[in-house]
Amino acid sequence: MEKTVVNQSNIRKADPVSLLKKNAMLIILVLVYIFFTAMTGGRMFRPNSFAALINQNAYVYILGCGMLMCMLTGGNIDLSCGAFVCLIGAMGGMMMVYWGMGTALSIVALLAIGIAYGCALGAIIAYVRVPPWIATLAGYLAFRGLGTAILGVSSTNSISFNNNQDFLSIFSGTLFRTPEGQMNWPCLIVGIVAAAMVVLLIFRNRTVRLKKGYEVDELKMDVAKSVLGAAVILLMMYKLALSGGIPTVLVWVGLVVLFYSFITSKTTIGRHFYVVGGNIEAARLSGVNTKRIMFIAYLNMAILTTIAAMTTMTRFTAANADAGKNFEMDAISACVVGGVSASGGAGTVLGMVIGATLIGVINLGMFQVNLDANYQRVVKGFVLLAAVVFDILSKKKQR
Amino acid sequence: MAKILLEMKDITKTFPGVKALDNVNFKVEEGEIHALVGENGAGKSTLMNVLSGIYPYGTYEGDIIYNGNVCKFNNIKDSEKLGIVIIHQELALVPEMTIGENMYLGNECGHKFAIDWNTTYSEADKYLKMVGLSESSKTQVKDIGTGKQQLVEIAKALAKNAKLLILDEPTSSLNEEDSRALLDLMLGFKKQGMTMIIISHKLNEVAYVADTITVVRDGATIETIDNRGDEPVSEERIIKGMVGREMTNRFPKREGVEIGSTMLEVSHWTVHHPLYPERKVVDDVSMYVRKGEVVGIYGLMGAGRTELAMSIFGQTYGTHITGDMKINGQTVKIKKGADDAIKHKIAYVTEDRKGNGLVLSQSIKVNTSLAHLDAISNHMVIDGDKEYAVAEEYRRKLKTKTPTVEQLVGNLSGGNQQKVLLAKWMFAEPDIMLLDEPTRGIDVGAKYEIYCIINDLAAAGKSVVMISSELPEVLGMSDRIYIMNEGKFVGEMKAEDATQENIMALILQSGRGA
Repeated sequence: MEKTVVNQSNIRKADPVSLLKKNAMLIILVLVYIFFTAMTGGRMFRPNSFAALINQNAYVYILGCGMLMCMLTGGNIDLSCGAFVCLIGAMGGMMMVYWGMGTALSIVALLAIGIAYGCALGAIIAYVRVPPWIATLAGYLAFRGLGTAILGVSSTNSISFNNNQDFLSIFSGTLFRTPEGQMNWPCLIVGIVAAAMVVLLIFRNRTVRLKKGYEVDELKMDVAKSVLGAAVILLMMYKLALSGGIPTVLVWVGLVVLFYSFITSKTTIGRHFYVVGGNIEAARLSGVNTKRIMFIAYLNMAILTTIAAMTTMTRFTAANADAGKNFEMDAISACVVGGVSASGGAGTVLGMVIGATLIGVINLGMFQVNLDANYQRVVKGFVLLAAVVFDILSKKKQR
Repeated sequence: MAKILLEMKDITKTFPGVKALDNVNFKVEEGEIHALVGENGAGKSTLMNVLSGIYPYGTYEGDIIYNGNVCKFNNIKDSEKLGIVIIHQELALVPEMTIGENMYLGNECGHKFAIDWNTTYSEADKYLKMVGLSESSKTQVKDIGTGKQQLVEIAKALAKNAKLLILDEPTSSLNEEDSRALLDLMLGFKKQGMTMIIISHKLNEVAYVADTITVVRDGATIETIDNRGDEPVSEERIIKGMVGREMTNRFPKREGVEIGSTMLEVSHWTVHHPLYPERKVVDDVSMYVRKGEVVGIYGLMGAGRTELAMSIFGQTYGTHITGDMKINGQTVKIKKGADDAIKHKIAYVTEDRKGNGLVLSQSIKVNTSLAHLDAISNHMVIDGDKEYAVAEEYRRKLKTKTPTVEQLVGNLSGGNQQKVLLAKWMFAEPDIMLLDEPTRGIDVGAKYEIYCIINDLAAAGKSVVMISSELPEVLGMSDRIYIMNEGKFVGEMKAEDATQENIMALILQSGRGA
């Protein structure tokens, strides 16, 4: 057997300062979690809190993926997604409850509406060249009005889905439910498998890179990475197992997050999003169809908004006039806190997930310590600003 | 001899990796018009930026002595306080504002919190009259032509109480008539005792207006020519100073490269400005380039060279493009968009690597593969290993200095960035490479390496079109040279017939004839 020669120059030395900077949000997330756990006397660490964190923030992860793609193209945002959630909810209510359309047909129809809006919005932004924030501001104003008007068929301005259990079970509830406090084995097994996959992937990647003579991190870094990654997944799945099982919506979130992670990091189209945001002229002169990228960004956003709308409808088991309020801001905040560049061209799905989780943890924590709702907003505002200031300052120091 | 108003003594200014000015000495007498001439990148503008405080005291070495005092300017305001006012080549007027508002922009009349509009407009009118403009100062700038806008810039400078007026290419955007009027205006100011420095490429104008001419070359002042005699100094005399540099060994020899059949041919190629479609930017140009040949296109800035190249490259510039294009003898119609041009095996290597060439926030690897992602991906999934290997291969081939190909391009030096840009287009495997100012803003050593790469490309049978405004480079590298001026090809020469003097003369003739 030939031994792999490890060339010392191929080992990237861990530099504590840059390491700290790179993982700052993750460290802050852990600290904040510990802080609130202490403040609530451990309540934050109970299984219920983990389940709540996922159920309450599912839409942020899903919309965050779409918003990330929009922001990558050059700091562009979609202000209309929250209102569109409301409209989709109202349309879904009409279809399923008032018109008696079947669940499957309704979901297809809702997706069709989402695609239609996405195409229209994408065309207006990419080809007519209306600035995205103006084009989506129109939707922001119009869709909530339209949605509320449609919901006017009900005297309570709300359509309940309680008679559409199969619809609810697609996006909400728990898989293989067991009573709270009891160990849910399927959930734990999924966790163990996922943790093992993460460790496997990290080390497979390392051996491949070593074999080809590429640069790798120090061994202890990769060990630390896998231990941490596995620990987080195991902890979360263990807690969820005690809370009754895997929330159905986590499957959706997981699928969306994994899919966009793959798209952004491994595909040519994902690469095109980054270069359009990094230097649109260079992208154009390199043969990238920059207009089509803009179009896809907003089409994709509308589709993800439709999915987020369905998770919202099922979570509240109803379509409401104020569903989706501020969702666009939550998604933007998640991206920005997660290190997505406000001017485009940089940011990762994983970063967005960490950002969304941080905001989610702060929200839940503030709720559990009974902080006044108004002050909750004050805190959120400052967290957002601090994240951006931090991001800009840390980039400046690199020069 | 008149009093020396300004003396710049032993000025040295270095940018990272480049010595832009090297011990420059420069004297201006009171009441004269002093011309600064030199090629693009010779250091004229840098020198004036040092003088006007854009590069503050301390960022350069040497002294500025104005009116007998050593000056330490921290910003442009400091120099303007002493009456040194610079008018830049690009007009810096706000089109939506009135002439009066523009003239006092940043220099408003009246109280800090209340602009005195009456004074503003009456003063503005006074200065407008001095430059011979009859327009009211309440006219919006967008409503007057470029010639008049240039005069407004001068009025603006006068309003700042200018004693030493610096005009950077004041006639570059003007037609013959407006240029002449402007030069006569300068002569009028001289009679009133104003001192002026003019930077210009148009040597006939320089000879007409200047009392003294200082030639700058490679960041150093070469000579100062007196032009006060009865006969104006000949342009040839000035050109000699501008271009007469040592040329030994600056360009690697290209030997044994066989020149093959015609690869690209365009005929009667006309391109219109995208915003002002009535303006022709490229006018009835016909050219060809053969396999293994390096064709130079020489012209001054704004001659339409970039526009020509980009219009050939998938119509990425211009509208109403007419003319025929043949590749390998076959007539082709390239669809709008760089992707179709790349499919036809054309590459355009931009002159503006930071502006539209590279994605500075991404790695060398990402930039290298950008124009040819298909080659390293499978059903849209990028093969990371292949990408790394390709980037590594070009790093070695082009000797790009970097610790790893995962380094961000923004952290590289100009020469290395240029190599990444070349790597990107070489990886796209073109047959025809349009190189636009391939050595702009990089140091001599890196230039030599780029020349070697160009030679290798030619040896590999590629057809290379090299656009440059550096005459020695065009002469040293090309097999054949086209000379371009004001959108037209005004001449074609074989390398062995071409000299710096006859190329410059061609350009001057065509400029005068127009």
